[in-house]
Formats: sequence, C-alpha cells, structure tokens
Amino acid sequence: MSDIILETKGLTKHYGGVHALQDADFVLKKGEHVAIMGDNGAGKSTFVRQITGVEQRTRGTVIFDGDEVNFAGPLDAREAGIETVFQTLALADDLNVPDNLFLGREKTKLNWLGPFRLLDYKSMREDTMAGLVKTGVKIPNIKNTIANMSGGQRQCVAIARTATFASKLTIMDEPTAALGVQETAQVENIIRTLKEQGESLILVSHNMRQVFDLVDRIIVFRRGRMVANLRKEDTDGQDVVAYITGAKTGAEYEGAA
Amino acid sequence: MSDQSESTGGLTFDKSKRNWPNELNVFGALILIVIIFEILGAIFMGQSLLFDTNDRFESIFNEARLRIIIIQVAIIGILALGVTQVIITAGIDLSSGSVVGATAMIAMSFVQVAEVNGGPNPKAIFGPAFLDLPVLVPVIVGISVGLIAGCINGLLVAYSRIPPFIATLGMMLFARGVAQWWSLGNPVSFPTESYAKIGAGMMPVIIFLSLAVLFHLIMNYTVYGKHTYAIGSNEAAARMSGINVPRHLMLVYMIAGGLAGLAAVILTSKNLTAQSGMGLSYELEAIAMAVIGGVSLFGGRGSIIGTVIGALIIGVITSGFTFLRLGAFYQEMVLGCIIVGAVALDQYQQKRAAMRA
Ligand SMILES: Nc1ncnc2c1ncn2[C@@H]1O[C@H](COP(=O)(O)OP(=O)(O)OP(=O)(O)O)[C@@H](O)[C@H]1O
Ligand SMILES: [Mg+2]
Repeated sequence: MSDIILETKGLTKHYGGVHALQDADFVLKKGEHVAIMGDNGAGKSTFVRQITGVEQRTRGTVIFDGDEVNFAGPLDAREAGIETVFQTLALADDLNVPDNLFLGREKTKLNWLGPFRLLDYKSMREDTMAGLVKTGVKIPNIKNTIANMSGGQRQCVAIARTATFASKLTIMDEPTAALGVQETAQVENIIRTLKEQGESLILVSHNMRQVFDLVDRIIVFRRGRMVANLRKEDTDGQDVVAYITGAKTGAEYEGAA
Repeated sequence: MSDQSESTGGLTFDKSKRNWPNELNVFGALILIVIIFEILGAIFMGQSLLFDTNDRFESIFNEARLRIIIIQVAIIGILALGVTQVIITAGIDLSSGSVVGATAMIAMSFVQVAEVNGGPNPKAIFGPAFLDLPVLVPVIVGISVGLIAGCINGLLVAYSRIPPFIATLGMMLFARGVAQWWSLGNPVSFPTESYAKIGAGMMPVIIFLSLAVLFHLIMNYTVYGKHTYAIGSNEAAARMSGINVPRHLMLVYMIAGGLAGLAAVILTSKNLTAQSGMGLSYELEAIAMAVIGGVSLFGGRGSIIGTVIGALIIGVITSGFTFLRLGAFYQEMVLGCIIVGAVALDQYQQKRAAMRA
C-alpha cells in the first residue's frame, strides 16, 4: 500500500483556446495538508474541478488512493472519498441547511419507491445539528433557507457539509474568503481537527498567514502551470510571493512557465 | 419542537418572526377577491356570490356555484400540477394544451362504440377490431401519448440543452398539428358508456384534488421533490451535489406530459367527443394558475397548494364576472393584470432577497 492519496500526471484543461491548466504533476501524501496559491485566474479552481469530476479534463491522469480514476461526475468523486468546498458554494438558495448538507445523498426510507423514496427529515436534521455543533458553525435556525443567510453563514454551511461526512481527502477552495475573524478561526480549527484525524487536505487560499499556520507544503500556480513546490520549512512569505508574481520559478519547473 | 434543536452557536431565533408562508398570501388574495365580488354582488345584483341568500341549499353556501367554480378549473388544474413542477425547475411547458388536443383525438379513437342507433358507428376511426374496447385501453393510450410528448420535451431540454421555452413551443405546434392531422379535422365521437363515467359529474374534481394531494406529498416528502426544487434553485449546485440533472428533468417533463394526457382523457369523457381544437390555450391558463399561486418563474419556489389556490382564484374570477353579468373580455383584462401583478411581486421579493444576501 503506497502512502500517496492523490497523484496527477500531466493534468491539463483547455477551455477552447484558454489553457487554464497545463501539465500539472502533483503528489499528495496521506495525512498531508497542502496549500495551493497563485494569482486570480492562475488555474487553482480549474485544478480542483478536474480532480473532483465537475469537469472532464483535456488530458492527463489522476490517481486516487492507488487507482487511476475517471470520475464521471462529482458524486463519483464524493463516493470515492473526496469532499469538496467549491469556490462557488454549490448551495441551493431555496433549500434549508439540512437539505443542502444532504443534497444528492439524502437519507431515505422506503427505497423501493425509486425517485419517489421518502426523505428521512428527522435523521438528517439530527445529523445536521451534530455536524454544526462539531464544527462550531453558528446558524440561528437550520430550517431557514440559505437565501436568508449571511455570506459567512453560507460558507459555514458549505464547510460543515464536507466536515459532516467522513472522507479520505478534503478540498477547500478559498473557504475563508467571505468570513469574519471568528469564523475564519473556526474554519482553521476545523482544518486542524482534520489534520489530527490524519485526513489529507488541499487548501486553496490567498491568505499567507493562514497557509503558513496550517499546511505542510505550498504549491504555486501561475498562468495555468505549477511553478513551485515548497516545503513550509524551506520558504517564507516573501519567497512565495516571488513565485506567485513570476519573479522566481522553481528549479524543476524552469522552462515550463 | 424546542428552539434547541434548530439553532447552533447560541444564536437566538424568534419563532414569531418566522417567514410567513407564501401560500397564506395567495390564500389571502383569494379571500380578498371573494370579498370584492360579494360587495359588488350586494351593490349591483342584490345577491351573494358564494353564500346561499335564497335558502336553496342546506349549508350556508351557494353549493351550485361552488361546484361550478371548481369543476371549471379542475381539468386545467390537472395540467397546472405538472406545469408547476416544470416551472419549479426553472423551466416552462407551453405544450400542455396542444398535447391535450392531440391526446384527446388519439385516445378517443380507442374508445368508440361499434354501433350507433342500430347502424355502424359513422365516426369510427379504426376498423372493427378497435371498437368496444375495455375502458383501460384509451386511458393507457392517453396517458402514454402524454408521456411520450413529455419525454420528447425532456430530451430536448435536458440533453440537447434547448431552452424550455423553445422546446415546448415546438411541441405545442407539433402536437396541435397531430391533433388536426389525426382525423383530418373531423371530431371523434361516440365513446363507450364506461368511458363516459371517467369525466362525469364531480369526477374531474375528485381526480384533480387527489392528484393535488399526491403531488403535494411527493414535492415535500420525497427525493424527487427535493431535487426538483434544488435544480430550480441552483442547477450548478445540484449538479455539483451529484444530482443527475438531465435524468431528473426528463422525469419532470414526462410527469407533466402524462398529466396532460390524463386531462385529455377526462375532458373527452366529459364532453363525449374529441375535437382537434381541444385544450386551446389551456397551457397559458395552467401557467397562470401556477404563477398566481406563487410559483416563481425563476425556479426553486412555489408549491402545489399555491397552484391549487391559484386555480381557485381563476375559478372565482371567471364565475364572478358571469355572476355580475360582465362580458368575458373584462375577465381576461383583469386576469392579465393579476398575472403581471403576481410576477411583479415575485420579482420584488427576489430582489429584496438578493439585497439581504
Ligand atoms: N468555464 C470556463 N470557460 C472558459 N474559461 C474558463 C472557465 N473557467 C475558468 N476559465 C479560465 O481559466 C483560467 C483559470 O481560472 P480559475 O478559476 O482556475 O482561476 P483561479 O486560480 O481559481 O482564480 P481565483 O483566485 O480568482 O479563484 C482563467 O483565465 C479563467 O478565465
Ligand atoms: Mg478560484
């Protein structure tokens, strides 16, 4: 059994003429927490979408937990054990908190009814409460629709969704972008808990302090290419900024960007 | 249930400030419209619209008029139940009226009697093998034709990504063409006696209300209902959550088509004949019922209960204008205003919700 949870080889995504992601070779060890940094439009979210089956890659290989995978859709990725907080939150505004937490994997009764199987509201509500309490998310009324919540609360719901379900890999795309000081600290605590539990994590973030606080390794993307792979101990904020802006390029990536 | 089970992090939530359910607003509008007609009735006609002022009935209501109100909206109401689900997915179905027309012609052809007044049925579409068939045959044929039409709508919308407005507009024209081509414009008449029972008396109302209850339960308590709302609310989120959006949309459009097929069966049974013009502009009235009932054209919001009340509002207005002996044109003008008003209100609520976010 290898100790690698996720590996990509030559992962590439073109949107028509836009080379959003170009030949990304990426390795994540089990239990490792890695940050992905880079300017706006560098291809970070695109990278996340290729791994999670939201989009179909142009070319390249993805190996998850020892097997080459071709997720047909996000549910496949989820069932394989990848939980994701997407940058565009993927919440349904007109549904309430439990409905959103369990969207696409509802707890049900009378399953022989097929699409008309009954929802087990009570059980989903209880699990939701447990999940929110565990992650310390503050919601005044979980029966409120998402449309009635603040941006931060929405973000919290999306994060609670990933933390409620056991997984092998958690991916968060700018999870604290909209959050207040306390909520940000809360999310960072959730991430630390994941670390203690030995769960692997990919964190997309623009927040240098947060990245240095939380992760083991930093990957930098620039214009669709990976340009640096830095162990936290070997680098500092200024160094990372140099890679992000293009003042520097990692030795092994020379000629790439 | 205690507040404890619904809030986290010590935030308080005042239950008395809970969101007012939209159906109550719609119901309030219904009551208001009834009151307006009662006042106008008292002033101009010296009579009540809904109440029994002449002591003709056992209850305090004018039962005859209540019955008329609900019977006249029941069949289009059945269409509206399907249209409601389509609109909740942020789609639209313009084809339901024409599908009623086509289905009416086709289903009726499978229910004709062999003999009329001692001679062979002069209107028979098919040969003797298809006459005097059991009543189940036309019912199944009718619902199947509706399902097929809905299936085509669904394929176009879900897999070809043709906008619902265009896909169902195409089906609307196509199905009307089928209705006219079927017997080259001739009506199809003389159904069997057992068929005539389906739409007799209060049967359309009973079927409409039973289906309304069924779909109310489905929309609120099943995965199908939850996914229907989720898709209309945020299709991308639904997809990212792993819902098979195209397959679900197929199902929604098929249910709408199947309901149109059933409505056609009931309508032909009630009228004892099928004509190619049947169901003309029913799709618009069905959409009106849903919209007046608070179903949002943006998707994600609305309910079966709302649509049923919307249907009653249309029924009351129609009966009310007849009661006041006002021409049908006034009624259409007023309905037009109400529909625009309902959508304007929805727009306003949508905007307010967006500002809060
Ligand atoms: N669906 C799409 N169609 C066409 N181009 C796209 C699409 N999605 C992303 N792009 C382009 O791909 C590039 C990378 O976008 P991506 O969203 O991955 O950036 P990002 O690194 O996540 O940026 P940010 O920090 O702003 O979130 C951008 O140039 C963007 O315009
Ligand atoms: Mg991004």
